[in-house]
Amino acid sequence: MTAHAPACFHCGLPVPQGVAVRVRIEGIEREVCCHGCEAAALVIDAAGLADYYAWRTTSAPRPAPDSDDQWAAFDRDDATRGFGRIGARTTVNLLLEGVRCSACGWLIEQRLLQLPGVTSVTMNPATARARIEFEGIALSSILRAIAALGYRPHVLGAADTLEVATRERRLALKRLGVAGFGMMQVMMIAVAFYAADGAGMSPVIREYLRLISLLITVPVALYAGLPFYIGALRALAARRLSMDVPVTLGVLLAFAASTVNTFRGTGQVYFDSVTMFLFLLLLGRYLEMLARHRAASTAEALARLLPQLARKVTPDGELQLPLAALAAGDTVRVAVGEAFPADGRLLGADALADESLLTGESAPVVKRSGDGVIGGTINLRAPAIVTLTSLGDSTVLAGIVRLLERASTERPARARLADRMAAQFVAFVLLAAVATALSWLYLDPARAFAATLAVLVVSCPCALSLATPVAVTAAMAALARRGILVTRADALEALALADVVLLDKTGTLTVGRPQITAVATRLPFTANECLGLAAGLERSSGHPLGHAFEAFEAAVVTELEVTAGAGVEGRVGKVRYRIGHADFVAELAGPRPVDFAEDGVHLGRPGQWLARFALEDRPRAGARAALRVLREAGLATEIVSGDHAAPVAALAAVLGIERHAARLTPADKLARVRALQHAGARVVVVGDGINDAPCLRAADVSIAIGSGSALAQANADLIIPGSDLRVIATAVATARRTRTIIRENLLWAGSYNLVSLSLAACGLVPPWLAAVGMSASSLLVVANALRLSRTGAPVAPAAPPGEAMLAGVAG
Amino acid sequence: MTIIFVLIPLGLVLTLLAVWALFWAIGAGQFDDLDSPGWAVLRDDERRDRE
Repeated sequence: MTAHAPACFHCGLPVPQGVAVRVRIEGIEREVCCHGCEAAALVIDAAGLADYYAWRTTSAPRPAPDSDDQWAAFDRDDATRGFGRIGARTTVNLLLEGVRCSACGWLIEQRLLQLPGVTSVTMNPATARARIEFEGIALSSILRAIAALGYRPHVLGAADTLEVATRERRLALKRLGVAGFGMMQVMMIAVAFYAADGAGMSPVIREYLRLISLLITVPVALYAGLPFYIGALRALAARRLSMDVPVTLGVLLAFAASTVNTFRGTGQVYFDSVTMFLFLLLLGRYLEMLARHRAASTAEALARLLPQLARKVTPDGELQLPLAALAAGDTVRVAVGEAFPADGRLLGADALADESLLTGESAPVVKRSGDGVIGGTINLRAPAIVTLTSLGDSTVLAGIVRLLERASTERPARARLADRMAAQFVAFVLLAAVATALSWLYLDPARAFAATLAVLVVSCPCALSLATPVAVTAAMAALARRGILVTRADALEALALADVVLLDKTGTLTVGRPQITAVATRLPFTANECLGLAAGLERSSGHPLGHAFEAFEAAVVTELEVTAGAGVEGRVGKVRYRIGHADFVAELAGPRPVDFAEDGVHLGRPGQWLARFALEDRPRAGARAALRVLREAGLATEIVSGDHAAPVAALAAVLGIERHAARLTPADKLARVRALQHAGARVVVVGDGINDAPCLRAADVSIAIGSGSALAQANADLIIPGSDLRVIATAVATARRTRTIIRENLLWAGSYNLVSLSLAACGLVPPWLAAVGMSASSLLVVANALRLSRTGAPVAPAAPPGEAMLAGVAG
Repeated sequence: MTIIFVLIPLGLVLTLLAVWALFWAIGAGQFDDLDSPGWAVLRDDERRDRE
């Protein structure tokens, strides 16, 4: 169905049938999918930046409909407290959601520089960060300009975790550079030694060249090699053996022996081996670090974001304020599905909080009036009023984030296993080295040192330790570039082995922006009255269906209470109203009148049915293609929905899914996951993050798709902040390839180490060859893993031409 | 062959210069974003042509 729909010129999504929005860009009429895209395209064209459409390599983000102007809140003086300031000039760091290629970066940079008062913009598209200096212009104007282009700015303040990563990368690059230059120089001199091979070189020149080699090796050994020595010391202090230990031992032994021999004027020197060994090791580590940083930067930043704005309750009403402007003692209102902005104490009605993010406890926690709530946890049932007790660095979340930072080097289970094996292997290597030294001292003392050194160097289990993490990080980076954020490293392994995919309907298979197609009312109520009541009730429900009512003027509703999977209850004036499933409304309004069909959204009050709204939601782009690819990959697909049977069956027919179940409560969905798992299947659950929380948690792999801050808090294993379901198929394919590559790597590294160790112990491997062999082995493993970053087009075999073209635009 | 007593130290000085240049470049952020500056050149040209 999406196959023949034209693609939106701006965002690349198919233009829905019946929508005729056109926009003139550089004199050519283009078709776009919505007024948001129209506005963004017009802004770009009017600013003379239409080049963007020629330069970009991926499609633009679709602008979110901005209902109210939230950016104005950032103009308050206290909002920018803590930002860098020199005189009237302010510096601010932004994280921009939706930046996908360097053309996006250029577009934002050019657009902002057109604003009077913006003095400098430094945009890094790779990390989606922008650093903006401005003077005499309101921050809100800048944010608004960015939002008008379709990107979502997040204000990071002056400090940014990214700076830590940048510092780490720069230092590693310096060490790599020193080792590289050193290696080249020493190697040049070593060639002279090899060529002369002892003969034809006068002793003076020989001594001189050795001294020069020593001079060059000193900074390499003492500066570039430092991380290995520190790592080895740290491991020994913790009474563990890491691969840094034999590396350190090998390097320092070889360096010390060579130095002594240089001054004694006899014996072998190994400066070439030392520098090359360090350079190649550092190269491997540098590549691993790059992959890690790339995968982590966006995902982490998003996952750590608290809501940027909070609604402060003041005597004069509610005021939207940025988080930085709040202080302990302020009272804020938190809507359903939103995160609490800081630690606080609950006032008024009871609330239900999802604290799984912090505690791992999957059941929501009931909070009574006066109980403490934790910033970053999600308010589930009813809008909550909270008095803040602590903010910023003193909150529970800030503490957890500090822990997370330490654990961000988290290694998947398989890598931990490999690490344990490596530690045992290191112990074995050290013993083997001692044994080699002793036997050669007995057989031929002259060759003992060289053979021992070769054993130490050649058998360094770096390749074994690198095999898994480097493959996983490369896969994570490749997926991140395709818009899939992997939040748990083990998830890839589980995804590769998955058998069944359960998909939610609303907001997952469909766009989640339903439109009202028909309103049936009971006299004396008019359609407008009913829509107003519905809008008021759904306003803070957090349910995707609620969006349908956004456009209508909302009635003032109090005592809102959301029942997940059923509906919302609230009070208008003195009357209680319910909106939602027919059964849920029937509990309040009595038996359903015959002229109201069961499906759709119903509105009722005690003893009376008011209206039935028929809603229609369209399937997401590429849903059909995505499901076909998943089936071809051998995965069973199944719809589990809380919606009525008729629309679910209709969607299943359109998408070609045979198994589907409708009218399921969250508990039913959970039971379905458990039943499948009990039968031995590994289950992937795809949902929108809020309404499927329990089911997502029970799954072997959880995937959250959608947009907005709720997604960031969803705590799913994989997060897809886009709208294209096809990337799920890409994720599965990448996960499977990752698994294959990890197995290849482990097999190679394991057999290489065993073979080379025996050869070295027999004295058949000179130290320089040992260094080459070991490093080549590590580099081979890294290179094999990096093949994952070059993951080509998403796996879409035999896609019809129309869809293939769409994939090109959206991919 | 006595020339190498001059040339090799000279080579070392050049190496030192190269290391210094590398450190300066890294410190100045030349290696932080390797993708967009390449594009920026093309885009600047294009714009000037049109104006």
